[in-house]
Amino acid sequence: MKRYWNEYQKNIADDKYFYERSCIRQTFFPGSEAAFLRMLREELGKDIYDSENQHTCTGIGYHADVVPIETTMTVVARLFSLMTEAGYENYVPSCVTSFGIFSEMTEIWKEHPETLEKTREYLWKACKREFEVPKNIAHPSDIIYKFRYELKDKMKYQLVNRFTGKPLKVVEHIGCHYAKIFPEKGVGKAEFPYVLAGMIEAWGGDVVDYPERRHCCGFGFRQYLVQENRGYCVANSKKKFESMEAYEPDFIVANCPGCAMFMDKWQYTIAEMEGKTYDREGYGIPVLTYEEMAGLLLGYDPWQLGLQLHQVQSERLLDMIGIAYNPDEKYMGVSGKVLSTPEKPHNLLV
Amino acid sequence: MNEIAIIGAGPAGIEAAYVLAQRGYKVTLFEKAADTLTNIRDKAYLFPDFSSAADLADQLNRKLQHENITLKTNADIVSVKGESGAWKLVDSQVNAYTASAVLMATGYTVFDAKRKEELGYGIYQGVITSLEMEKMIREGHIVNTMGEQPGKIVFLQCVGSRDEKSGNHYCSKVCCVTAVKQAIEVKKHLPDTEVYLFYMDLRMWGEHFEEMYRESQEKYGVKYIRGRISEAASTFDGKVQIKAEDTLVGLPLKMSTDLLVLMVGMEPSAGTRKLATDHAMANRYGFATSQSPLLDDNLTAEAGFFVAGTCKRPLSIIDTLNDARAAAQRIDEYMNTLR
Repeated sequence: MKRYWNEYQKNIADDKYFYERSCIRQTFFPGSEAAFLRMLREELGKDIYDSENQHTCTGIGYHADVVPIETTMTVVARLFSLMTEAGYENYVPSCVTSFGIFSEMTEIWKEHPETLEKTREYLWKACKREFEVPKNIAHPSDIIYKFRYELKDKMKYQLVNRFTGKPLKVVEHIGCHYAKIFPEKGVGKAEFPYVLAGMIEAWGGDVVDYPERRHCCGFGFRQYLVQENRGYCVANSKKKFESMEAYEPDFIVANCPGCAMFMDKWQYTIAEMEGKTYDREGYGIPVLTYEEMAGLLLGYDPWQLGLQLHQVQSERLLDMIGIAYNPDEKYMGVSGKVLSTPEKPHNLLV
Repeated sequence: MNEIAIIGAGPAGIEAAYVLAQRGYKVTLFEKAADTLTNIRDKAYLFPDFSSAADLADQLNRKLQHENITLKTNADIVSVKGESGAWKLVDSQVNAYTASAVLMATGYTVFDAKRKEELGYGIYQGVITSLEMEKMIREGHIVNTMGEQPGKIVFLQCVGSRDEKSGNHYCSKVCCVTAVKQAIEVKKHLPDTEVYLFYMDLRMWGEHFEEMYRESQEKYGVKYIRGRISEAASTFDGKVQIKAEDTLVGLPLKMSTDLLVLMVGMEPSAGTRKLATDHAMANRYGFATSQSPLLDDNLTAEAGFFVAGTCKRPLSIIDTLNDARAAAQRIDEYMNTLR
């Protein structure tokens, strides 16, 4: 493919980041945030601040219409006050929805300065805090993208099938709130986002350009949050899986917690509902976060990265790349004891 | 001194030159390309009568043989300065020319479809522009990316026209009827190929246009769908998948096609942008603004500096030729005031 979208590049700060944790990522992908901090500190030597006083950005409540915008602005302002207090100016929210929230609120403040003044007033009344608007807001995937070649130099593995010597075929999927709210805030913009594709190509893989590449992952706050609408979510994920199936992707990578979780978990749901999986063997297509993808290539332990907590298991992918792992430690806790092992699904092989 | 300088040897420049030459004026015609009429030569047949574009180009070029006309090709005029009755023109080779009056006929260029990246032009082989379809029709060789007869061809209107994203809010005026013309040409060559045409609304404003539109449906079976295509993607078997909304039935739609033809609109040429800007008459899109579109559409704020053709706005060839004749009349009137 030709790459006309390369002309779309965003400004990503070089160093001195304030990191904001996600409320759901630590549950779904418990090793990803730790891996990101490790990469920045140990591999890239960057200064990144991880505050212990963080809280929600209100994203899910905001998009579900249960949190009013003034509240969201004030909560966002409190998070920014933590950054200001710590002496940082570059804000890095772990979650794509948070990234969308911060981008949206700061844009509103820019367009309507009176809302910024109101927010300062609300924050002061609520908790006697003050804040500065960040100079730079970047998603962690932007930072990994920016330093993808520096990380490549430290990687032990590449996205190459060691049995065939061919590049792995990787489906990439960005979250809607990464580039679809403000296209210019995403690397490559919304139509041909390059943030994950750039990592895949730099690390030896091939990006699968399948027809439903831009289609919704099947999350969608308003659909998923209303239980009766969840069939619509599954149907959208199914549409994507059917579209990518012919290309036989080796794995999927996403930069949004919703996308990664739903594309992983719905494979189990569809297998149970219809007996259908979208790989040849019946194991499903592994779904990774970009931190997991980078961490694996850097030689981090797959179980420390939390891959055992995914629905679709990744041993076959690890074997394909040649990544070493100890199967006996898969469900071992930090105490050294093996925790209980999950039940096996009826149709999706593990 | 050359009496009249005309910048641009397209249909407007040539037609105006010929009318003025017949009235006894010495005319120098400057063309930055190596040849004249490049935008007409790109076409196969012309609406509404399916006459040959090559024949029209030949007829216009024959007018250049008039003894009062001097044609200078590869002459890119980069500067026009002066005042009433005494204009100085300089080309990119720093050759200087003088003239009593100047006609700007610098024309248009087609919209760069890569700017609508969601439509996949330059990325997917099966996505082509109306110019490339015109070339296939001209060569009588309409094929898909495999070199085979296409089973289906989809035309999409308003690419780079009436479009918020590209910033072009204006209608390019000729794309609707050009798509109908091309759809008919495809069906004449390949009766078994399915032809779909996506549109916002069809602007069949000219004589016989509406009849062409009707004939394309009744005689040739071209299928029209009201709706814009939101994205194109490549399928596993090398076709192009498109997504759109059929706004008449109010439902989303998805189909795959061998070829997606993007009807690219008109934008001001580089020469038009530069001259219009230099003379402080560029509109928001870069086209030249005449003094009044109603009564003085060939005049500018500068006496002796005239405009004609698609340097002002999108026009059909028919309208362009008429506009050139009108410009020649106004130049004639102006030259009489200098005597």
